[in-house]
Amino acid sequence: MSDVIKKATRESYGEALVALAEKYENLVVLDADLAAATKTGMFKKAYADRFYDCGIAEANMMGVAAGLAAAGMVPFASSFAMFAAGRAFEIVRNSIGYPHLNVKIGATHAGISVGEDGATHQCCEDIALMRTIPGMTVINPADDTEAKAAVAAAIELDGPVYCRFGRLAVPVINDPETYHFEIGKGVTLREGSDVTVVATGLMVNEALIAADTLAAEGISVRVINIHTIKPLDKELIVKAAKETGSIVTAEEHSIIGGLGSAVAEAVCEACPVPVRRIGVNDTFGHSGPAVDLLKQFGLSAEHIAEVVREAVKAK
Amino acid sequence: MDELLRRELQIHACHIRMGIIEGVYHAKSGHPGGSLSIADLMTYLYFTRMHVYPDNPDFAERDRFVLSKGHTAPALYATLAERGFFSMDEMKSLRHIGAMLQGHPCITIPGVDMSSGSLGQGISAACGMALAGKHRSDNYHVYTVLGDGEIEEGQVWEAAMFAAHYGLDNLTAIVDNNGLQIDGKITEVCSPEPITDKFAAFGWHVIEMDAHDFDDIDRAFREAERVTGQPVAIIQRSVKGKGVSFMENQVGWHGTAPNAEQYEKAMAELRAELEKLEAES
Repeated sequence: MSDVIKKATRESYGEALVALAEKYENLVVLDADLAAATKTGMFKKAYADRFYDCGIAEANMMGVAAGLAAAGMVPFASSFAMFAAGRAFEIVRNSIGYPHLNVKIGATHAGISVGEDGATHQCCEDIALMRTIPGMTVINPADDTEAKAAVAAAIELDGPVYCRFGRLAVPVINDPETYHFEIGKGVTLREGSDVTVVATGLMVNEALIAADTLAAEGISVRVINIHTIKPLDKELIVKAAKETGSIVTAEEHSIIGGLGSAVAEAVCEACPVPVRRIGVNDTFGHSGPAVDLLKQFGLSAEHIAEVVREAVKAK
Repeated sequence: MDELLRRELQIHACHIRMGIIEGVYHAKSGHPGGSLSIADLMTYLYFTRMHVYPDNPDFAERDRFVLSKGHTAPALYATLAERGFFSMDEMKSLRHIGAMLQGHPCITIPGVDMSSGSLGQGISAACGMALAGKHRSDNYHVYTVLGDGEIEEGQVWEAAMFAAHYGLDNLTAIVDNNGLQIDGKITEVCSPEPITDKFAAFGWHVIEMDAHDFDDIDRAFREAERVTGQPVAIIQRSVKGKGVSFMENQVGWHGTAPNAEQYEKAMAELRAELEKLEAES
């Protein structure tokens, strides 16, 4: 496993902004005193005259982003997910979502894998909040390759986009040479017939590991990566429900309102099969090393495998 | 100010006030008090100051306006109608189902540069527009109007800090200081005073003006246009409900529509004022 390259998607975010700056001259970056952590500091270093620090004032930052977009710029407003989606929710809703402005929100440090900072900074509600806003695109990339592709696709899309990135270095699972990213299109990473695991973000890699473990036990697991939670690739999910008869969702987010809810809604309406949701179980996190927290909260390949076994047994 | 221009502005302001009353009456809801208190300001901005293009509302080089106190949308809509962006008849369908004119400003309406209404947010958007102008060295100016109650919102002061930090001298914020908010006098609800000192302390050039005297409004904006390197806050001393005798300085008219009798009375007063102005000109 030593040859696995690991990288935090926040790093990918910073690198992607720098890489795209030349092509998109209207691209500007805003941050709220977290440039070193969100990695927009890379952009600040390379393009100082296109970087605006808003200070510790996320509500105003989102409004400024709205005004910039209304005047033809393409702002990336960056902060931790807790503040971008949480603190500034109502500004994102009313000043960005309602006028459907071309603002891109780069939200880093999402989920429990924030680690030692603890519950106040572990945002497990952002996907739920953002996907309730009409017209908001919500993307949660799984690795470096997908994160960079997501930033590039977000610029090309005319309208508000919420991009979710992580603090923890995670394995690069997609080959940048061959990977094709399309907003709203899920990716089937493993074919399978007994059950489907629908995963997003860092849980995609865990789902792949679980699928390998289960294959050795004779369980055929389909693995779908849903990087875009809104608009959701309902077609792909409903097809999987029909063909495998059972769904397990996996996300580093509350089981309320996120991927699990979105998938359950789609499946319920079109092809009701049992849906089991893996995520943070309606509880706050706490301090600790990210890797240990992920295990403790059941956000692991082992836990996915357990739930899949139950799902298959119950068929 | 030239007497002819002053009279012309007074007539426009009277039309706008009539449009406000028409709109709120037919909507059977809305905010007449704070709309009437900014009617003269809106007239001055749209008929003397702002480079706007009713036939091409989205022209890139236009001056921008954000009604941060978005609940006084009737004043903005009546002004845009008076300026030719759409027919004044639209006021009669304000807030109706399927109508163009929404209860609060909506960016899809011709001439409306930003959706607003959740207090404290418009000034941030105005900062963003001004920043874009600075960033590209465009020459447009951005105006935003806030309520004196609205500035109790913390976001206003985040924006005030931001505008001063980035030296947004292409931004003018006007605070409509009519002294009243829904729950009563601003000084009794949760006082934002001293307003002038606060904006000055945040690094703004502050000017006070009489909101209902076009000569004084003109003086204030002439001073504002000479300011460089910092944003300008104009604190306008206004009368809530100005122009309709029974609505003036009455907090009850913040968010109440007139009934048929009150509507007739208000319109009769405004018609009399208009006739007087037209006779004088």
